[in-house]
Amino acid sequence: MSADSHAHGADAHHGHGEDHSHGTFKSYMTGFILSVILTAIPFYLVMSGVIENKSVTAMIITAFAAVQIVVHMIYFLHMSSSSEGGWNMMALIFTIIVVVIAISGSLWVMYHLHANMMPVHDMNGMK
Amino acid sequence: MSSTTTTAPETGEIVFYEKDEHAHPEGHSTALGFWIYLMSDCLIFAMLFATFAVLGGNYAAGPSPKDLFDLELVAVNTAMLLFSSITYGFAMLAMEKGQAKQVQAWLLVTALFGAAFLAIELYEFHHMIEHGATPQRSAFLSSFFTLVGTHGLHVTFGLIWLFTLMVQVGRRGLVPANKRRLMCLSMFWHFLDVIWIGVFTFVYLMGMLR
Amino acid sequence: MAVSYPVPTSPIFGRFTLDALPFHEPILVVTFLVVAVGGAAVLGALTYFRLWGYLWREWFTSVDHKKIGIMYMVLGIIMLLRGFADAIMMRIQQAWAFNGSDGYLPSHHYDQVFTAHGVIMIFFVAMPLVTGLMNYVVPLQIGARDVSFPFLNNFSFWMTTGGAILVMMSLFIGEFAKTGWLAYPPLSGVSYSPDPGVDYYIWALQVAGVGTTLSGINLICTIIKMRAPGMTMMKMPVFTWTSLCTNVLIVATFPVLTAVLTLLALDRYLGMNFFTSDFGGSPMLYVNLIWIWGHPEVYILILPAFGVFSEVAATFSGKRLFGYTSMVYATVVITILSYLVWLHHFFTMGSGASVNSFFGITTMIISIPTGAKIFNWLFTMYRGRIKFELPMMYTVAFMLVFVIGGMTGVMLAIPPADFVLHNSLFLVAHFHNVIIGGVVFGMFAGIAYWWPKAFGFRLEPFWGKMSFWFWVLGFFFAFMPLYVLGFMGVTRRMRVFDDPSWHIWFIIAAFGAFLILLGIVSFLVQIGVSILKREQLRDTTGDPWNGRTLEWATSSPPPDYNFAFTPVIHEIDAWWDMKRRGYKRPLGGYKPIHMPRSTGTGVILAGLSTAMGFALVWYIWWLAALCFVAILAVAIGHTFNYNRDYDIPADEVERTEEARTKLLTGQVTP
Repeated sequence: MSADSHAHGADAHHGHGEDHSHGTFKSYMTGFILSVILTAIPFYLVMSGVIENKSVTAMIITAFAAVQIVVHMIYFLHMSSSSEGGWNMMALIFTIIVVVIAISGSLWVMYHLHANMMPVHDMNGMK
Repeated sequence: MSSTTTTAPETGEIVFYEKDEHAHPEGHSTALGFWIYLMSDCLIFAMLFATFAVLGGNYAAGPSPKDLFDLELVAVNTAMLLFSSITYGFAMLAMEKGQAKQVQAWLLVTALFGAAFLAIELYEFHHMIEHGATPQRSAFLSSFFTLVGTHGLHVTFGLIWLFTLMVQVGRRGLVPANKRRLMCLSMFWHFLDVIWIGVFTFVYLMGMLR
Repeated sequence: MAVSYPVPTSPIFGRFTLDALPFHEPILVVTFLVVAVGGAAVLGALTYFRLWGYLWREWFTSVDHKKIGIMYMVLGIIMLLRGFADAIMMRIQQAWAFNGSDGYLPSHHYDQVFTAHGVIMIFFVAMPLVTGLMNYVVPLQIGARDVSFPFLNNFSFWMTTGGAILVMMSLFIGEFAKTGWLAYPPLSGVSYSPDPGVDYYIWALQVAGVGTTLSGINLICTIIKMRAPGMTMMKMPVFTWTSLCTNVLIVATFPVLTAVLTLLALDRYLGMNFFTSDFGGSPMLYVNLIWIWGHPEVYILILPAFGVFSEVAATFSGKRLFGYTSMVYATVVITILSYLVWLHHFFTMGSGASVNSFFGITTMIISIPTGAKIFNWLFTMYRGRIKFELPMMYTVAFMLVFVIGGMTGVMLAIPPADFVLHNSLFLVAHFHNVIIGGVVFGMFAGIAYWWPKAFGFRLEPFWGKMSFWFWVLGFFFAFMPLYVLGFMGVTRRMRVFDDPSWHIWFIIAAFGAFLILLGIVSFLVQIGVSILKREQLRDTTGDPWNGRTLEWATSSPPPDYNFAFTPVIHEIDAWWDMKRRGYKRPLGGYKPIHMPRSTGTGVILAGLSTAMGFALVWYIWWLAALCFVAILAVAIGHTFNYNRDYDIPADEVERTEEARTKLLTGQVTP
């Protein structure tokens, strides 16, 4: 945590108020076109079923989703490492860590629970 | 840090207080505060995604995603949300230029796309429930309706907020308070987009792959 | 209340009938009479002395962080009385129900008592006390005039109060949950708990949870954005640091609780199947999700207490805190690690060896930064000139008691040991050991430490020491027997017992509970005596303890605007540094000060939310819908008010500051 490197004095201080970047027509259009592409490809992949292997398709569309989220963050939400003195980014990173821990942890825990405790459940899932 | 006036320039004495009123302009924390709120909202969605991830395969001998989802409809819906995002972006650009009327117009367009999104979603829900795929039918459907419905509920609140802001911009013009609110709603609206990326990828597309 | 299923629901009164009023329960009728008479006396006195207007203008609608902080503390202490009443009822029941006796509490009542005790102590005692202290102290410590969002602060407080009101209502209208404090399904599902108890639980926590989350956001922003110039992150007081981490935890976990309780509500109200045993639902998922909130919650409570002890140890040892940097890093590490240990609350559910080992190890790792903190406090005291004032006594007691609790915690973190000890009184003893030894002692230390700042006079020491000794001894008598019983295999939440060899331990525990009762009474007496003797205990300096941080730089109590001039910070212990380098208080050149205006909107919104919660508990749909629409209307209406600030004119600042100058010159400067 580089919290200590954040100097709060007058420099960061009197700037805040109206220091948010709002983007330009060009940046919004770039973001829009990129997201259209990044949305269209996964839909196409799934709807047409061009890739035989489903887990490969799943991995590809997950990758597209991740990229598209980044595109939205940059072009629509104007995230940058400098907005709000880096605190926005810090909050985002912390949230991502917690989200990843919570979702992957829950899946891990629940998978093992079901495997150990609910054999009946597995049979339901198989059909 | 270096620019902080810790010593008086003339005498070199150490300064322990600011002689002038230390101005924290009204709303100087709003952007950060609202962003942190969005992060907390993100965690609500994370829990709903986690629930869907765990329970999404439990059909309880009921319908599965393949029986229910219509990807073309979802694609149209996604398009509505994307269009509303770019039009909100135009509203923000108009705000930068100080064109209140344009802002209102773009907000209206955004609201129309948002309403179209909601209408399609409601149609989808209605269609599913009519065919017996109610939220009560299975854990999969409970978690599906709750996750997608919570997103829809957020869009609904976004719509109410959009109309409120249209009125407020009309009454007061682009005063700093209104600009701040427009910026917050912009973050909210684009945040819902980001959540929707997760929804269409992990719920709809992955569902069809199961 | 015998409820047949499905329950008849009237369109006007929902499921509420006169049967919901507990006329057939003598204990509750007597309680109600006492509360009604007492309440009527208080309301009558307020009316007689014409205090309503004063309370409404100066307190209820105030957006001043200091007043809101005090109101949180009052709420926490009032709810402590209720939560403790539940505790002592349980102790009496368990000491009584031996040798064939059934005790005096019927099972459905006893089950509500232990549930309410847990819920109230965590959500409506510990949380308000912690939030109250942070609210009061943090803006002062960072040299700010108020929090970032003063209106939101007022609203948050009233939402917390609204949740507390819902819990209190359940005592006399209907009933509370009989499920244990986390309301595990399927027991909390509609088929096993068709009564309104779990609904009270859900809506009380949802209403209070909104307040808690918003107040967390507010304090994070305050700490990040409102620090006085020169105060870099690594120059912040430790209490502010622990508050920051606490609020990060609040914002990053309370949404989890909100989501999980919403899912439970959907199961109960709409018949969905998240946590049912049918149609693919999984009750174990609830347990998993709620502990993702539940474990960080433990640190939400303890971190501010750690902050208090750090301030107290440094102040009363007359030394700079040992290892400031390591203290900060330990706090941050605890914040992050607290997300990696949740499964240790359900080792026995059956995730298997790999999962259990991972979470067992992370749990043991988290004791390392905590241990580092203990050593920091010890080294702070080492070779210091320790003054054993009340806050310092609590700090020393904390270190002794908390280490025992920490070690039993590490025992429970070993999965095979947990298989033996889980769900036993050993566990109950463990978490009371850390919560009383850590949180409760921390809050009492904090109250005694900052009381002079808040009210301008010290707390009377004699009754404080009485309270201290009753609490410490009472704790050992009440909870050490539970460790023994836990080893003997006694499970928690039992109402009657067969084995006579356990009896003596329960009697000792009940005796301990009575000692704690005396501790609470002494605490209240201490406050009363202090108010009566306030002139003798008066602090005119604003700095009664020879403090180190900024809150001691201003007057006691501080003016509305906290500081006439915004301080500039050079060192970690800013006020100590100012005193050392011969800081002279400015005596002129005052400027008008910009402050937020009071508003009643927070009270109205929270009142409507509480009413909506009540309507939902009783399935009174029209009222719930009406309240919801009203909430939207009031909230939107509030955004049309653009005029939310005013200026305190310079001459008023001058008058206030001159009054302080007179106070200060009336005696020798410190």
